[in-house]
Amino acid sequence: MARIVLQNSDITRALTRISHEILESNRGADDLVILGIPTRGVVLAERIGAQIRQIEPGAPVDIVGSLDVTMYRDDLAHHPTRAPQRTRVPSDGIDGKTVVLVDDVLYSGRTIRAALDAIGDLGRPRAVRLAVLVDRGHRELPIRADFVGKNLPSSTDERINVRLAEIDGNEEVSLDLATGAIS
Amino acid sequence: MRHLLSTRDLLREDAIGLLDIAEDMSEVQNREVKKLPTLRGKTVVNLFFEDSTRTRTSFEVAAKRLSADVINFSAKGSSVSKGESLKDTAQTLAAMGADGVVIRHSASGAPQVLAQSGWIDAGVVNAGDGTHEHPTQALLDAFTMRRRIHGDAARGRDLDGVSVMIVGDVLHSRVARSNLWLLETLGAHVTFVAPATLVPVGASTWPVDIRYDLDVALAEVRPDVVMMLRIQQERMNAAFFPTTREYARQWGLDDERLLALRPDSIVMHPGPMNRGLEISSRAADSAQSTVIEQVANGVSIRMAVLYSLLSGDREARS
Repeated sequence: MARIVLQNSDITRALTRISHEILESNRGADDLVILGIPTRGVVLAERIGAQIRQIEPGAPVDIVGSLDVTMYRDDLAHHPTRAPQRTRVPSDGIDGKTVVLVDDVLYSGRTIRAALDAIGDLGRPRAVRLAVLVDRGHRELPIRADFVGKNLPSSTDERINVRLAEIDGNEEVSLDLATGAIS
Repeated sequence: MRHLLSTRDLLREDAIGLLDIAEDMSEVQNREVKKLPTLRGKTVVNLFFEDSTRTRTSFEVAAKRLSADVINFSAKGSSVSKGESLKDTAQTLAAMGADGVVIRHSASGAPQVLAQSGWIDAGVVNAGDGTHEHPTQALLDAFTMRRRIHGDAARGRDLDGVSVMIVGDVLHSRVARSNLWLLETLGAHVTFVAPATLVPVGASTWPVDIRYDLDVALAEVRPDVVMMLRIQQERMNAAFFPTTREYARQWGLDDERLLALRPDSIVMHPGPMNRGLEISSRAADSAQSTVIEQVANGVSIRMAVLYSLLSGDREARS
């Protein structure tokens, strides 16, 4: 049985707060780059970018990009071949910028580890921050998020499903028992 | 995908998948660090029984950009010239722990034998076998066409309705064969133009228009793509045409034919070119020519192929 943890309006509010927090910690929108991790992280990054432009009308237009981490994963040999997705960096690059990585769920931290390696091959940012919609715990690496939509303590048997309008048609975060764990 | 042996049995979605991965790989070529850690710890052997600097180098660059270790094993001056069989060579490479083997061989079907023999568990990439196939060349050609035609919106697209004219020595050309099968799969329409002596027996059963007069064909078809094949002087062991001058006059892409092309047609050549024979210098260096792009795209395509063959779980791939 799926339990809805965040509704449409909760997601919007969380992203609005994260956008404000990003601007506050960066003291404005200068030298800011928002990089979403495909697939849903890119949608969230675009929404945060739009919010930032609303809050600070003088913000540069091209601050949002996507960062595919497929080629940097440490579990490639344990799955069938994955199709990589698009990496697009804003035209000014990331050198000397503050890069905010955006993903939907923070879990083991391995995706973020891969993303940090990928960033290192693209340039040398001044700082890298992490924004996630949901932090569900169970980290396997020393990584933490700077901006969190919702902390959601969960069991490893549970699945977190993030659904976003642009990709899934509806908008919610739900939690259910993973298939196979139901007895 | 376990091996890449031919384009004839490549499914449409697999072909488009490879072209899309190559788009991502080509973006890596523009970065400061042109290297991905993806195949770290994997070993790729370039097993070349035929001379080839361009293809071998391209595979070598591709494998190195993915952080694989590359071993170049060429037949000249090796145990092969001392009479070692393909089986013994393969078992030697297997014992050394090769994960991927890129093979070029003068015998059509040699890569197939290697892949199906059980002598070695590695993924096999055909880098040209006899007059049979050269799949990565066809993929890089299709990639180049797709980019020129669709630009930045190329991802996910096929070559539906594109008209491709392949001119020259079709008889000896594995490039022409691989291109035909792949282009057919991607929805393009292919015309071969060649002297009658350089059209293979049985080509009339292939999904291709065969013509003999280049000027008439160019005027009637008005192709989107003209691909000139190299006259392979090393394979010209019989008199297929009277003289090279006559060949150049009748089937070469000279300045006059270049000017008569549609301004948006592209001119391709797999290289190495015989300037003044099958292609004039002006055609080779014109803005319509994709010769240099083809070389750059070759690295991206070969990275995509090596990634698809070697990165995933081996059990799940077979």
